[in-house]
Amino acid sequence: MEVLFDSWVLPILRVSTPLIFAALGGMWCERSGIVQIGLEGFILVGSFFGAVSTLYFNNPYLGFIIAGLAGMALATLYGIAVLRYRANQIVAGTAINLFALGVPPFLSKIWYDSTGSTPPIPTEAQFHVAPLYLMIALVVICHHAFYYSKFGLRLRFAGEHPKALESAGVSVGFKRWQGVWISGFLAGLAGGTLSIYLSSSFIRNMSAGRGFIALAAVILGKWKPIPTVLACLLFGLTETIQIRLQGVVLWGTEPVPVQWIQILPYLITIVVLAGAVGRSYAPKGLGTS
Amino acid sequence: MKSNTLLAVIVTVFSFAASAHAELKIGLVLEKSGKDDKSFNQSAYVGLKRAEKELGVTTKTVEAPDNSAYESLQRAFAEKKFDLIIAVGFHQLEAVKKNAERFPDQKFMLIDEDAKEKNVRSAMFEEHEGSYLIGALAAMHSKTGKVGFIGGMDVPLIRRFQLGYEAGVKKINPKAEVFVNYLGVTGDAWNNPPKAKELALDQYGRGADIIFAAAGNSGLGVFDAAEAQKKLAIGVDSDQSWIKPKSILSSMLKRVDESVFDSIKLLKEGKFEAGLIRYGVKTKGVDYAVNEYNAKMITDADKKKLEELRKDIVSGKIKVPDYYLIKK
Repeated sequence: MEVLFDSWVLPILRVSTPLIFAALGGMWCERSGIVQIGLEGFILVGSFFGAVSTLYFNNPYLGFIIAGLAGMALATLYGIAVLRYRANQIVAGTAINLFALGVPPFLSKIWYDSTGSTPPIPTEAQFHVAPLYLMIALVVICHHAFYYSKFGLRLRFAGEHPKALESAGVSVGFKRWQGVWISGFLAGLAGGTLSIYLSSSFIRNMSAGRGFIALAAVILGKWKPIPTVLACLLFGLTETIQIRLQGVVLWGTEPVPVQWIQILPYLITIVVLAGAVGRSYAPKGLGTS
Repeated sequence: MKSNTLLAVIVTVFSFAASAHAELKIGLVLEKSGKDDKSFNQSAYVGLKRAEKELGVTTKTVEAPDNSAYESLQRAFAEKKFDLIIAVGFHQLEAVKKNAERFPDQKFMLIDEDAKEKNVRSAMFEEHEGSYLIGALAAMHSKTGKVGFIGGMDVPLIRRFQLGYEAGVKKINPKAEVFVNYLGVTGDAWNNPPKAKELALDQYGRGADIIFAAAGNSGLGVFDAAEAQKKLAIGVDSDQSWIKPKSILSSMLKRVDESVFDSIKLLKEGKFEAGLIRYGVKTKGVDYAVNEYNAKMITDADKKKLEELRKDIVSGKIKVPDYYLIKK
């Protein structure tokens, strides 16, 4: 039992944690009617500023919050582009991702004379389990707020039927701003888990595509909190299988070629998206601002 | 008389200008992981900086944002008439070949691949030989008889490390088990410490007590896991012991810094030659690291045994399997 926990349950949870943070953020934003492909960028700035502030204050909790705020700051930029100036959401999101790619190398050059990495964070200033608990709490909060709060209901209406919300006298624009901010904050936290919890420094491009995997999880989870979390856990599971099965002899004498193991997450995504979950409906007002 | 003085002044001024121009300009093109990868690229950068200090050359370093940028970065140096352009990493092979043909008078240096052009000096390291010594060292220090290998991107170069390492382990302990994992098949594999940490935790969980990480930036995740599990790890390319002194047994040194420095020195002395230069255990171009941090871990008996192995490799008594030759 303990072996099962240590070699499967914990790794799956660890690998999924950044995905869950980012995917829940993405879900809120998309539900408010704004397409969010900038998650990757928010994760990246979150992990950078998280590492920098943890190093500076020697306190991971403070670093973690600043990681979220950094993601939120970048999200504000995105919000200005798409909400204030009605820019195309896909184009603006791509621009955010490219922008985020350049920020850490630029600033780390000034602060540490290094191009795109921070010095290692000492062990005592790293997280050891805290983000796991925070993640579980977040899932509960999101689920509750999504279905049982006025805030959640109104935000969903901003994406589903903005006109109805407007006629009830609620500002659609502000709800969408909130969606964008939540996505920035949570994806920033996802970045924080990468640099303060799952490793011990910021490395250039360390998001390694997790923002897009999180977005896939949102779609796979049909834009609903619990299914989205389950989709993240599925990706976490395939990643863990990939880690465990490399170089293991399953049949015959030769281990399974590493390439076959490594396509597993993508293969499962396609299979699940294509058939297993049925149709996935996007919020009706998505992308129409 | 007066005009003579004037002439002298003019001549001096011009010769000053000329000598300022004669100062060699060296351009360094690094890979995506950059000069702070604490490993391969950093080693090249250290060699360049040493040359700047000791040989008085002017240098400029650029880092490629992605693999498609190499060609234009090298070309920019060539167009500015740099005396030598140093391209680091096997990813740059195609770009170097193209630019070497486009600028036949431009001198290039390529590290980790053989460009086979008449104006390119190619430096290749016998990673399998160095990894063999490291494997032997790991086997000498392993208490469980199980050791690990974590590679970055699954490419022939890293397979070469792996094969040499395995052979070295088996030489000391034929019954030893070697766990092998790779991070991935794309460039992200070099920059993914969280995943490397998971792989390392898995290997330690299966009983390995020493893991050799040949994975660029991702190696940092392996060191984190070693520290958390109170086990040992082995670094790569640069001497990485300083990162986590208590958790790093040694590093497989790849003296990229020496090769860079040597080439610039030869250029300065006018003895620069194109062609393939190999760095092996014989010249200590690849080697195990002994430093102030691990001096207590690596005993004199260890060193004696390793030096014997080195001698046998040089004399040809030990044939270290080379992935490049097996592949072809």
